[in-house]
Amino acid sequence: MNPMLNLWLIPVLPLAGAAINGFLGKKSSRSAVTTVALFFSGAAFAMALWVAMRFSSLTLPYHEYLLHWIRSGNFSVDFAFYLDQLSLVMLLVVTGVGFLIHIYSVGYMWDDPSYYRFFSYLNLFMFFMLTLVLANNYLMMFIGWEGVGLASYLLIGFWFTKDSAASAGKKAFIVNRIGDFGFLIALFLLIKHFGSLNFDQVFQSIRPLGAETAGAGLLTTIGILLMVGACGKSAQIPLYVWLPDAMEGPTPVSALIHAATMVTAGVYMVSRSHVIFERAPIALTVVAIIGTLTAFFAATIGIAQTDIKKVLAYSTISQLGYMFMACGVGAFSAGIFHLMTHAFFKGLLFLAAGSVIHAVGGEQDMRKMGGLRSYIPWTFLTMGIATLAISGIPPLAGFWSKDEILWKAYQVSWVYWLIGLITAFITSFYMFRLLFMTFFGDYRGARVDEHGQGSHGHAEHGHGEPHESPMVMLAPLMILALLSLVGGVVGIGNHFENFLAPVFGTGVTAGAVGETASRYTEYVFMIISVLVAIAGAVLAYVLYLSKPELPQKIADSLDGLYEAVVHKYYIDELYAAIFVRPLINGSTRILWQGVDRKIIDAAVNDAGDGARHVSDEVRHMQSGNIRSYAGWIAAGSAVVIAFMIWMGVR
Amino acid sequence: MVPLSYYLVLSGFLFACGVAGFLIKRNIITIFMSIELMLNGVNLSFVAFAAHWHALAGQVFVFFVMVVAAAEATVGLAIIIAVYRTRETLNVDQVNLLKL
Repeated sequence: MNPMLNLWLIPVLPLAGAAINGFLGKKSSRSAVTTVALFFSGAAFAMALWVAMRFSSLTLPYHEYLLHWIRSGNFSVDFAFYLDQLSLVMLLVVTGVGFLIHIYSVGYMWDDPSYYRFFSYLNLFMFFMLTLVLANNYLMMFIGWEGVGLASYLLIGFWFTKDSAASAGKKAFIVNRIGDFGFLIALFLLIKHFGSLNFDQVFQSIRPLGAETAGAGLLTTIGILLMVGACGKSAQIPLYVWLPDAMEGPTPVSALIHAATMVTAGVYMVSRSHVIFERAPIALTVVAIIGTLTAFFAATIGIAQTDIKKVLAYSTISQLGYMFMACGVGAFSAGIFHLMTHAFFKGLLFLAAGSVIHAVGGEQDMRKMGGLRSYIPWTFLTMGIATLAISGIPPLAGFWSKDEILWKAYQVSWVYWLIGLITAFITSFYMFRLLFMTFFGDYRGARVDEHGQGSHGHAEHGHGEPHESPMVMLAPLMILALLSLVGGVVGIGNHFENFLAPVFGTGVTAGAVGETASRYTEYVFMIISVLVAIAGAVLAYVLYLSKPELPQKIADSLDGLYEAVVHKYYIDELYAAIFVRPLINGSTRILWQGVDRKIIDAAVNDAGDGARHVSDEVRHMQSGNIRSYAGWIAAGSAVVIAFMIWMGVR
Repeated sequence: MVPLSYYLVLSGFLFACGVAGFLIKRNIITIFMSIELMLNGVNLSFVAFAAHWHALAGQVFVFFVMVVAAAEATVGLAIIIAVYRTRETLNVDQVNLLKL
């Protein structure tokens, strides 16, 4: 029998923090807000650690029933929690990275006038994300899914007085709605055909079904619809457009929500539904193709971006593509592994970028940075580690997970592997480009204070030189840097895969046999990917340090292509032309000018006008002239009498 | 014996004359007389029916009406004199202070 873990406390603690800060924070001091926010997110993390420590003594999966929710005939959904190896990994990543980013935000947001609001939202996000991760049924997962979308919307539009931030928030929300629509239909199909949304029950009824190899069937449909949902949340082609714009939010938000946790929800959901996907090869192929293409395209866009956060945003999309590639080739544990290491190094990259932005006074354009190495050595060090990690240089975290994915992809098709490898090269290139442009060379920014754009709110302290961030911001950087350094070790010798094996039902031994047979091939692949990563770094070195005039020449010679990349392949413009503008025009011309004004408004107004015209005529009857009243009475009586006579005659 | 319908036709004719006078005339005394004419038209039908059905209720009713008409005549004529003293006119269209 399992001991009572009180898992429900883990999500509810941040919710309490959000409520306290949201309702009372306005009048409390900054330190009180800080205490509340850090206490509740830290308590959630401590609790997750406590659960992890007791994990080995549990019989898995661990269920915890809290409350009834929906009972309708045979169909029931409860507030209940589900813990297995997969949720534990997600739980630790979300609470751990989340807590670190809370600490960082204390330093980053200190001067913001809406300090309390920021932490209230951040805690609210934690609540929804943990609900998503710990849910034992799809509906509760969906609540978390929508909730993180809401928190994301609130935080992207945190500086809502800025027009671009407000519209970026709306864009994120609306694009996510498209994905959620697919997710929701998948849930309806599950209810219709399996009568349940509970993970255990759904998977139990699906397990006996054979794989749909012959053609697309029910499971394929459900799988693809789930993938539509995942595309929205995890910013995959064709719904990735919201993520780069989401960088309008404060940098800690980009780190927590748009890099480390929320955007990986799609990967988690696909992995959680692996039973469905494994029986729907077509859906799985769709996942793999979308992931591979996204990885590649987003990486190429990342090359030409000049905004430090936009580079990281496209990098995030690209890395998420890797995770979906892994899921698509059936290597769910590799995908989750990359999810975890990505949370470390991408969270770190964003936080370090935030530290850079903080140092140069709110500037995000890398062309105005440079030479920051000597001003902010700690930020440089941690960002350097993260860059090495994401580029796949051993023995850092990113190497192990990315290599694992590429290796698994190769076993399915060399095409995935090749595109993945090219993407790894591009990744290494644009990351080192970022590093060189930001930290090496000479400082190209203005020395005088350029602050007080209001958005960053550190207008109070003057900036002569770029300056290092306070300790409260550096400490999370260092911890994440440490995790990026050693986080990959758990993947050595398939430890991580074996740990997740009970969830994904992959046999431990079977994998090991395959490993020995192809061990040398795997080593060769490892060496290739390391060489590719180094080549990318060297290319970046040549182009941006030793011969800084070259990039412009190359850009000039590749005129059209370069333009296309800088403009992100005109995808935003394309969507605007195909979807947004027809929608706006249709709404304006047909729905607003046509239906609303000409039919609905017109009906109401005409009814009013008609009543007025009729009464305008009729009110002459009420003249105040006694004799005219008497006339009416006489006429009325005459009519009544005539009627009665007529009746009598008949 | 004169048939009932003759009385009723005469009664209706008198009533109609009263109504027409009330509606058409502007002189307040003429209007007053028209009202008396209507009352008496109705009275005629009452007595005609009373005689026809040999019932006394109609006759009694007529007395009531005559009493009320007499009372009304005193009050009404007093009002008309008061109006004439203040407004120096008997035209109802010019006695319109209560009209909006």
